[in-house]
Amino acid sequence: MKISRRCLMGLAVFAGLGLAVNASAQAFEPVKPVDFIIMAGKGGGADKMARLMQTIVEKHKMASKPLIPINKPGGSGAEALVHVQNAKDQDHTIMVTLNSFYTTPMRQPGLGVDSMKFAPVARMAEDTFLLWVHKDSGLTSFEQWVDHVKSVGDQWVMGGTGKLQEDQLITDFLNSNFDLKMKYVPYKGGGTVAKQVAGKHINSSVNNPSEIEGFYNAGVAIPLVAFTKERLDKFPNAPTMIEKGQDFAYYMQRSVVGAPGMSADAQAYYTSLFKKVFDSKEWQDYRASKSLYGDFLSGAELQAYWKVNNETHRKMLAKAGAS
Amino acid sequence: MDIIQHLLGGFLIAFEPLNLGLVVVGVTVGLFIGAMPGLGSVNGVAILLPLTFLVPPTSAIIFLAAIYYGAMYGGAISSIMLGIPGASTAVATTFDGRPLALKGLADKALIAAAVASFFGGTISIILFTGFAPALASVALDFGDQEIFALMLLAFATFVGLGGDDIAKTVFSICIGLVFSAVGMDIISGTPRLVFFDIIGFLHGINFLVLAIGVYGIGEMLWTIDSTRGNPMMSKVEVSASRTVSHLKDVLKEWKPAWIGSLLGFFVGILPAAGATPGALMAYGISKMTSKTPENYGKGDVGGVIAPEAANNAASTGAMLPMLTLGIPGSPTTAILLGGMVIWGLVPGPMMFIEQSDFVWGLTASLYAANFFAVIINILFIPVFLYVLKMPFTVLAPIIFVLCLVGGYAPTEDMHDVWLMVIFGFGAYALRKLDYPLAPAVLAIVLGPIAEPALRQSLIISGGDATVFFTRPIAGPITMIAIVLLLLPLVQVYRKKRKQAKNAEV
Repeated sequence: MKISRRCLMGLAVFAGLGLAVNASAQAFEPVKPVDFIIMAGKGGGADKMARLMQTIVEKHKMASKPLIPINKPGGSGAEALVHVQNAKDQDHTIMVTLNSFYTTPMRQPGLGVDSMKFAPVARMAEDTFLLWVHKDSGLTSFEQWVDHVKSVGDQWVMGGTGKLQEDQLITDFLNSNFDLKMKYVPYKGGGTVAKQVAGKHINSSVNNPSEIEGFYNAGVAIPLVAFTKERLDKFPNAPTMIEKGQDFAYYMQRSVVGAPGMSADAQAYYTSLFKKVFDSKEWQDYRASKSLYGDFLSGAELQAYWKVNNETHRKMLAKAGAS
Repeated sequence: MDIIQHLLGGFLIAFEPLNLGLVVVGVTVGLFIGAMPGLGSVNGVAILLPLTFLVPPTSAIIFLAAIYYGAMYGGAISSIMLGIPGASTAVATTFDGRPLALKGLADKALIAAAVASFFGGTISIILFTGFAPALASVALDFGDQEIFALMLLAFATFVGLGGDDIAKTVFSICIGLVFSAVGMDIISGTPRLVFFDIIGFLHGINFLVLAIGVYGIGEMLWTIDSTRGNPMMSKVEVSASRTVSHLKDVLKEWKPAWIGSLLGFFVGILPAAGATPGALMAYGISKMTSKTPENYGKGDVGGVIAPEAANNAASTGAMLPMLTLGIPGSPTTAILLGGMVIWGLVPGPMMFIEQSDFVWGLTASLYAANFFAVIINILFIPVFLYVLKMPFTVLAPIIFVLCLVGGYAPTEDMHDVWLMVIFGFGAYALRKLDYPLAPAVLAIVLGPIAEPALRQSLIISGGDATVFFTRPIAGPITMIAIVLLLLPLVQVYRKKRKQAKNAEV
């Protein structure tokens, strides 16, 4: 069902060009190594995940031509988006994206990037967010935290990755819905933020579990609330924001996209490749150990998911006064 | 003694035939990757990471650590032989390594680099073995304020040095700082200084682009100009007696070796810093404490020893926060960390308890890697020296090609290659006007660490700058930095008084 829908979509796009009319979904094979663009620098969360995907492909010999990881970290993903949008060989250029896939084109309209035009290949996971404090803060519940943060006003420092990106959007949500005045300090990466919490240089963070789990396992960092629809298996004691009466859940997409204008056959090839990666034991283990969410999505379903999230982010940014 | 027992157990793992073989292969591969301009340990580890899935995780990390080590040794080779930093971590090695080679003492510089690397590596592994968990908590105590204070100190060591023209040094630092500010500003979340809206500036200016431009292209232009196209190539002979006498000379230089080892290790531990700033700071402080600072930059063996000891010490240091806190201390350890995650290991405070086989196997193999690296390196010296015997007309095009490769490799963007060529001409012009260029390289390395730390500190404190003086760790560091910055003024004042006195007489 999924495949046929994807084919139809591809045909609709390419019928006018007279391409790929009779080709079957698997007719495409890369003829050279594939550029695998990573929207972040070496060593970050997105990079680790991309390299894991590449490794799985290599280990199980899933593709005849290798994926070549290329980091384009500039401008919160701007560099990667522009590079992929202008890719000369659309059938051999794919990219791993995050939520900056939505926010960066909105914040930097000068780039002329339209995210919705990228070819939807596969959503591999959604990363989750929790609210973390140091165990020495003595705070053990979300209610306690709200009361305390209210009482200290702008002395409470929340750290997060980047400006007006995921972490700050969640911080804005907390500030406006619980009448708080937290100060937000942007850092370069989630690992640094986790370290600032552990070293008590900032008071709280909204790290992804994978970034802070070392400190959680050591009992230093404590999760107070999860920004997910259901409680996470690994953190059963952290209630969700929905339990706290707010209809708010926020995830970070971990998706693979193709260059705009990618042929339908190529898109089908990459979707089936990443489906294999998704189904591999390594990826499933990784998902479980890092508390990742989200099923496999591709084609029109992924496109629809993007549209919803794009609008959500537009509203969040407008609220933050920046779009 | 728990530690000794663990370590012996670790040696049993490290000396398994497979692991020992991987150490030797890794060190050799690393040596050559490090020697290639532009390719450093980051590239080596990233490229070879997928290969390691053929062996068990402990062997895999041993292999990667050996590459990491080998690359630290190898980086010095092209810095000394060609004047192009072989890896980002070896930038400081060019400052004195190249002049030594021009004096016909390339073999001495190479031996100094190898021995210093061994010394720095060994000291830092001993510190690592004995104090890893305790030092991890020190790393945690370093917040933004402390990091900024430390960066201030690093700048101060370059400004506060007598000898160079201070105004010109400050100017050079400022140029480096401006270049380091290009690209995304993480605090405001917007791009800045994207000249002419060229998309390549979005990722900022990679400091290797500047360093290779300055030391590769700029140096080549300088050689052509100063020799009118008929350069005398230095003659280097290799003989056992020469090697032994160099070795004796090198072993006398214990001070820069200690400065490099301890400082490098310490800076390596701090997240966000890593081996490159460590080596630059070691160079600065070693120059400052030297009895003959005026020789630095003109071919002082100490100027090779300090940064080389430091970059190896830092690479071990950087593994400490990676293993104990799950935070990489350098870009290379960030990739290693990614590998560990894929192997199903969870780095963090519990790792020393839950995965003790892995940790101690790695530690023991670091001793082994260090040992083999110094031997392999010294054995290869005659091969490297052969490069210098080539006529300049052959060597120059090779250097030029290596520069282009080195400029392209880190970002894989032609934009950076053009930029590097432009920097090369700029550097040549500045050198003609007698501006020191090392401070610019220092600034482009340290700027991206210092600037966010300063702004983050000030956001947290609400704009109150006294935090740099009142915090227990940041305070003393800031004070020392300020004293060093003021030192030249005092010297100028003294000189004037002396002159005045002389005039009276």
